[in-house]
Amino acid sequence: MDADQSTISGWGGLPHPGREVFSEDLVRLSKDAVLSRGLGRAYGDSALPPPGTLDVATTILADRILAFDEQSGILRAEAGLDLHQINWLFLERGWFTPVTPGTQYVTLGGMVAADVHGKNHHVEGCFGAHVTALLMRVADGRILECSAQHEPELFWGTIGGMGLTGHILEVEFQMKRIPSPWIQGESMRVPDIEEFVRLLKESGDAWPFTMGWIDCVSTGASLGRGILYRGRWAESGSRAEAPQSKRRLSVPINLPNFTLNKLSVKLFNESIYRTHIPSKKAGLQHPEKFFYPLDKILHWNRIYGKRGFTQYQCVLPNSAGQGAARRFLEFLTKQGGASSFLCVIKDCGAEGQGMLSFPMPGISIALDIAVDANTQSLVNLLNGEVIEMGGRIYLAKDAFTRPEDFRLMEPRLDQFLELRRKWDPDQKFRSAQSVRMLGDRA
Amino acid sequence: MKVAFLGASKGMGRALARRMAARGDELCLLGRDLEDQRRTALDLSARAGSSREIPVHHCDLEQPEGFAQALKHCEESLAGLDCVVVTAGVYDAQENLEADTDWARRLMTINFSNTVAFCEEARKRLLARGGGTLCVFSSVAGERGRKPVVIYGASKAGLSAYLEGLDHKFRAAGLRTVCIKPGFVKTGMTAGLKPPPFAGEPDQVAGVVLRAIDKGTPVAYAPGIWALVMLAIRSLPRFVMRKIGF
Ligand SMILES: Cc1cc2nc3c(=O)[nH]c(=O)nc-3n(C[C@H](O)[C@H](O)[C@H](O)COP(=O)(O)OP(=O)(O)OC[C@H]3O[C@@H](n4cnc5c(N)ncnc54)[C@H](O)[C@@H]3O)c2cc1C
Ligand SMILES: NC(=O)c1ccc[n+]([C@@H]2O[C@H](COP(=O)([O-])OP(=O)(O)OC[C@H]3O[C@@H](n4cnc5c(N)ncnc54)[C@H](OP(=O)(O)O)[C@@H]3O)[C@@H](O)[C@H]2O)c1
Repeated sequence: MDADQSTISGWGGLPHPGREVFSEDLVRLSKDAVLSRGLGRAYGDSALPPPGTLDVATTILADRILAFDEQSGILRAEAGLDLHQINWLFLERGWFTPVTPGTQYVTLGGMVAADVHGKNHHVEGCFGAHVTALLMRVADGRILECSAQHEPELFWGTIGGMGLTGHILEVEFQMKRIPSPWIQGESMRVPDIEEFVRLLKESGDAWPFTMGWIDCVSTGASLGRGILYRGRWAESGSRAEAPQSKRRLSVPINLPNFTLNKLSVKLFNESIYRTHIPSKKAGLQHPEKFFYPLDKILHWNRIYGKRGFTQYQCVLPNSAGQGAARRFLEFLTKQGGASSFLCVIKDCGAEGQGMLSFPMPGISIALDIAVDANTQSLVNLLNGEVIEMGGRIYLAKDAFTRPEDFRLMEPRLDQFLELRRKWDPDQKFRSAQSVRMLGDRA
Repeated sequence: MKVAFLGASKGMGRALARRMAARGDELCLLGRDLEDQRRTALDLSARAGSSREIPVHHCDLEQPEGFAQALKHCEESLAGLDCVVVTAGVYDAQENLEADTDWARRLMTINFSNTVAFCEEARKRLLARGGGTLCVFSSVAGERGRKPVVIYGASKAGLSAYLEGLDHKFRAAGLRTVCIKPGFVKTGMTAGLKPPPFAGEPDQVAGVVLRAIDKGTPVAYAPGIWALVMLAIRSLPRFVMRKIGF
């Protein structure tokens, strides 16, 4: 093992000892594996092997659709099928995934394991709410089907369980009928954070898809200014032709670290805000452009250079009061801000049934942070604020949260650990994240 | 087009079969694991949005006695046959083949002797119908003897030579032989290996192959850039080939 220097990483690009093992046959692949991995879009260490283990079972070759019922819209597929293929196949047939994250390069297994949320969380909840059954390999070696009716504990533990309850081999879920394959979208400049929160909540009644980009460099009166995006599926007949899938650029190599500094970030944020002219736009949009603006450049994460980056995503509950988002952003600014290209704000609806699922009613804020010597202490401080407000962080993004902080955020943790003790008493299933944060054996 | 397909379960075969099913070709799948073939059939129908059931039959490249029967099944269940595709094949690293002569012999048998035997049955069946297309996956590894692929490359060199001869002899009678020479393509077969420049994706290859089948191109490199790469490699003098590691 010493001779083998291979490393893998999460989307944040921090290298970690590991190796991906591929097979079309998930039954075989999952047999002795400690962790499954999809397309590696989790930013932090949740799709990385625990220390002392090299191999992770990468599912992406297992991408067969096993059933699709045109009447009910129930789709069943192997866990490595990715959303890009699903969109490409089903958009023009009048179906769409009930919930999509901000990238389509995710697998069904990853969508279940992180219980992903989208711009429609306030109406549809997380992806897990639409899953009707899972085929799993559990720790004692058995392969079994679970659902809300059959082994419901295992089912809801697996939804949002970050791969720690077993390997997902097949996913069955309910697709959504759409009236047309186009999005009727709107975007508008928003002057500050109060207005942003107000507009997000207000838009939620009439718009199934909402989210915002905030300029997290601006301070004072324009703190939290940005652009709000909202949309809904266009009525049928809005446009004759079906949207085409576009070819993608790729950021070819890691850019040198100096491309990203305080100045370039400020300019970037400033220009996005300023160039949004007129201040309100509306029209028919390509769904890829609306849902996946970042996918236009594959491997954009390389823009952060070799040192890598992390994303800090938290939800601030409604119970923390109106001013919570401002307080959080002010706190962030006080810490020197984050050199962040991207800061996204979303409205979260009701908490789902996934045992460790991230969203709760409130406002979610996500920011990219280029990793440096101060990152750990910055995350600790932000976590302190979040804990005080009664919020929590998203495991699929995390690489720095300390176990003691996670425990304070997560009253549901004991229930999850209990479930794992029952189904996996020897802790067969582990990840770098579970060793770091849940105290699993290395 | 009515197609008998050996090897649609994985890799480039899977990608090609998806493209064929999507444009309405009628497939009959051949493979060694029937249950798994059924899952592939479900995938092809679901993607194509078609309710037509795709027949599957058992065929193992290590059991040549079943070849004739398998092809007969295909022709019967499709009520016709226009094209036979073979993407099935095996690969292993040269060290592993050197360490295990029995495995090396099996690989030669699967990739060469038995693939040729399968093609012979396919040839007879297609010619008996007045012609058709036989599309078989060989490899760029068969172009030059090279250190990392001494044995695998030899099996593919033999296959390429057979396919060329077949094309010369039977094209006039209506048999269009299409020999595909993939370069490095990212599939399960190459999963442990470091992709070189110009590594291809299975779906990209499938696009090239489909055009070659439609046009009856005798030899097609996939992705296309490998035609140039191999032109260069073919022209390297022997003493250079001896020095370099690839
Ligand atoms: C640009 C971008 C935008 C994003 N936007 C959003 C967003 O809007 N909302 C959101 O919720 N998330 C978002 N994400 C995060 C992403 O959706 C999740 O991290 C998702 O889990 C990634 O899926 P994946 O297939 O890449 O899984 P990986 O990253 O490979 O794995 C993620 C987790 O799933 C587990 N897992 C994967 N497959 C299986 C399996 N078959 N069985 C058991 N466990 C498995 C892994 O062990 C790991 O814990 C975004 C990510 C990026 C890069
Ligand atoms: N990938 C490359 O870079 C590359 C380069 C040059 C040439 N090639 C050639 O291209 C072809 C396809 O390669 P690939 O990368 O797509 O391979 P792959 O993903 O490994 O798929 C191989 C296929 O061959 C089938 N097969 C193996 N042994 C068989 C047997 N005894 N009987 C019946 N079917 C058998 C497999 O079926 P099961 O499901 O039963 O296993 C599978 O469908 C092969 O001939 C390969 O040699 C590949």
